[in-house]
Amino acid sequence: MSFINYASREINCKVVYYGPGLCGKTTNLQWIYSKTNPELKGKMISLATETERTLFFDFLPLALGQIRGFRTRFHLYTVPGQVFYDASRKLILKGVDGVVFVADSQVERMEANLESLDNLRGNLQEQGYELDKLPYVMQYNKRDLPNAAPLAEMQRMLNPGGITEFEACATSGKGVFETLKAVAKGVLNDLRRMAR
Amino acid sequence: MPMAETQLVLYDEDYRKVLGVCERLARDAHAKGVFVVDKNGQLMAEAGDIRGIDTTSLASLTAGSIAATGGLAKIIGEEEFPIHFHQGQRDNLHMTVVAKRIILVVIFDERSSLGLVRLRVKKAGGELARLFEEIRKKSERARSSGGSPFSEITDDDIDKLFAD
Repeated sequence: MSFINYASREINCKVVYYGPGLCGKTTNLQWIYSKTNPELKGKMISLATETERTLFFDFLPLALGQIRGFRTRFHLYTVPGQVFYDASRKLILKGVDGVVFVADSQVERMEANLESLDNLRGNLQEQGYELDKLPYVMQYNKRDLPNAAPLAEMQRMLNPGGITEFEACATSGKGVFETLKAVAKGVLNDLRRMAR
Repeated sequence: MPMAETQLVLYDEDYRKVLGVCERLARDAHAKGVFVVDKNGQLMAEAGDIRGIDTTSLASLTAGSIAATGGLAKIIGEEEFPIHFHQGQRDNLHMTVVAKRIILVVIFDERSSLGLVRLRVKKAGGELARLFEEIRKKSERARSSGGSPFSEITDDDIDKLFAD
């Protein structure tokens, strides 16, 4: 749920990075944080366990620039990917404006990807959203690994509808900003569509 | 299936009313800072004399905390825990859920007391609940009338954001 503030002339939007455990959601945000000018970003918050697994969420506020005199701000969140943190994932999806699904390309993680995508769809439905009606981008992460599944297979399994998709390697930054730009554009287009 | 929340639009005049309530609360409760945060983690207004704190993070973590305890409440059969109090060595944090959608945060130290803060928050919370009901109705009207600044944006406007 975006928030338009006429007093500060700002528009705030919420984007959630979703996906199975260890797929690279936090790494996406860390890359964005490390490569963004200090004046355009706020502090990155990671609520993580001692072993650096996301416990509740990561949060990164980003300023993208102005549209028609309004500063556009995106609040990027990740969810904890591990299956048993489902209650937390539901909370973080509240008020979402756009979703990035980060899929783990490793062959042995395909089932986890499918399970997480199903979980995303179900959790959105519980809150009155339809995944297919939200700005939504698919990222195939870890394409650099030798055990990565063929792209065509990932597309067939995870993206039969052919939404915008990117191959990525979040540790080296490949595809990270492309994914962010695509989801941000989707959110802004959606705002325009809703406003008309 | 529940309805997804509608977009929230805060106009200047409403912002000034919200800010007025916050400033009065900060004064009457002898608080260091008062913040109004949307349950989704957006900061809407702040008052008081706290300088240099990261208000964006404060807003996001406040929403996260309220969401987590709200989840706990449901597990034990409560709808919500509407009042939260965290006592620190120097500063204390008081959070109240207002009108199910807004969180009123008060930071105070030994110059005030929990009793005074609770008393003042109760009154301010009632005023904010009425204001946000008006704001919600206006947001819905704005949405249905197409009065958003975003109805006019072009592909070019969006592309320019990503020019570099």
